[in-house]
Amino acid sequence: MLALGFILLIVSAILGIMLGSTPLTFSEIINAFSNGFDSSAGGRIFLYVRLPRTLASIVCGGALAMSGAVIQGVLANRLASPSIIGVNSGAGFAVTLCTALGIYGGWQLSLSAFTGAFTVVILVSLGARKWGASRGTVILIGVAVNSLLGAVSDTIVTFFPEVGVMSNDFRVGEFSGVTYEKLVPSSILILIATVLLLTLTNELDVLTLGEDSAKGLGMNTPLMQTIFLLLSALLAGCAVSLAGLLSFVGLMIPHAVRRISGSKSSHLIPLCGLFGGSFVCLCDTVARTFFAPYEIPVGIIMSFLGAPFFVFILIQVKGGHSRD
Amino acid sequence: MIEIQNLTVSYGKTLVLSDLFFTMPKGSLVSVIGTNGSGKSTLLKATLGIIKHQSGDVLIDDVSTATLAQGNIAKRIAYLAQGKSVPDMTVGQMILHGRFPHLGYPRRYSGKDRRIADDVLKRTGLAEYKDLPMSSLSGGMRQSAYIAMALVQDTDYIFLDEPTSYLDITHQIGLMQTLRSLSDSGKGIVAVTHDLPLAFSFSDKIAVLSDGRIIICDTPQSVCSSSIINDIFGVNLKYDANSKNYCYNYNT
Repeated sequence: MLALGFILLIVSAILGIMLGSTPLTFSEIINAFSNGFDSSAGGRIFLYVRLPRTLASIVCGGALAMSGAVIQGVLANRLASPSIIGVNSGAGFAVTLCTALGIYGGWQLSLSAFTGAFTVVILVSLGARKWGASRGTVILIGVAVNSLLGAVSDTIVTFFPEVGVMSNDFRVGEFSGVTYEKLVPSSILILIATVLLLTLTNELDVLTLGEDSAKGLGMNTPLMQTIFLLLSALLAGCAVSLAGLLSFVGLMIPHAVRRISGSKSSHLIPLCGLFGGSFVCLCDTVARTFFAPYEIPVGIIMSFLGAPFFVFILIQVKGGHSRD
Repeated sequence: MIEIQNLTVSYGKTLVLSDLFFTMPKGSLVSVIGTNGSGKSTLLKATLGIIKHQSGDVLIDDVSTATLAQGNIAKRIAYLAQGKSVPDMTVGQMILHGRFPHLGYPRRYSGKDRRIADDVLKRTGLAEYKDLPMSSLSGGMRQSAYIAMALVQDTDYIFLDEPTSYLDITHQIGLMQTLRSLSDSGKGIVAVTHDLPLAFSFSDKIAVLSDGRIIICDTPQSVCSSSIINDIFGVNLKYDANSKNYCYNYNT
């Protein structure tokens, strides 16, 4: 499955780079490498538009899918995902605030988005634990958090109209505004979180045995839960700082991967990264090419796919037809 | 031997265990009984360090748990919790997690860990179920898988919190026979249970927990011949010499 994931990712990346309102050919890209990227229009499109955009879609898709898998494992709730329980909104609020303060990219933006995401995920997880919240209640808490943070972000935009970041595109998620200044710090943080996560896959599996069983196996469960939520917030926060409030990828991909390869975290996490990256990259390519010369935000495509998928999962879980 | 000295545990202002003394020897099966809310599960969790105690000490083979990290306690005592979730993994994957307390760096199971898990799978007759999901097993088979995970943990002691819950009588008896044979092989087994006849029929000792204290810990015969069972549970037990089992003795 890993090999398939890598192949799919490479194919997605090639399609993402070559397709668009102005298609690029292999020869244009190779010429750009040999003659300099600024020597032709194709070279400039490759370096300054397609490459950062394709990399960003892969990085964001992988990060959100891995974040979703971790959140679902830690909260023992397969309906949870970064967008549904409000983690993305927390990051979005932080990004809005940063933009109002004149921070448009770099480490400050990524770390602020992480802080916003982490604050929300910790509050939701503490609330769920304290009130013994059911799966459905956690989702409702997420709805409330999304609503509240959306309102606060709107208030900021009202007082700082020049912010403009909470535009429609940011709300649904898209990659047209990606720059290397945003891409590099977010990608580094996502890479660090991914490496740490891959070393802790056995811990994530043991957590799913239940808290008492995990403690009986010698795990410091509060510490591990906090570490996992921190890593998931880092992944989701950095993705939001790049692409805005992308929905459903953190829900759909972990579910799909579980059905294909099971729930073992050492398989689930890397496959979520590969398939999540491929999925968002392909969706973004579709968003750019299907309606060319018009371009629709990738988040719209993902919402069209994700909303029915969420209802499907909800019916399965509520109807008791699924182990999820 | 596990020795509990002056153990006091409370949840907020509610005192659950008070100045409790208890010893749990190796090579024996001790059943802890008591009414609902008497603190049986708390006793196990406090001994394991899962719940912090307010005062007193727990010694595992003369080593205080206050000086042991949670992972080191897990190398000495395996614990089967009461409310176990059904993990979304195969039997083989779950049983291998019994080696979790022994994991070093990098955090990956070694060939030795896998050999130990495979050996236990064969010994417990679960080898043919290795690749099946836990959710596909019956309640009895799941409980067998959890016990196999405890065996993979390779500890001197095993604590079980209501292991016979949700099992039919055949599986209950089978489980108690397994615990009996484990204690005969030298492990110290402590089981919290509500099933008095099974506990009295299979255990070396019965510990009765009431008002936060162990009020008696003795052989099933001694406890049965006292009035304690009737005082606490409102029923009597009688020993059937023919079947060598205990059963309830009450009028309907």
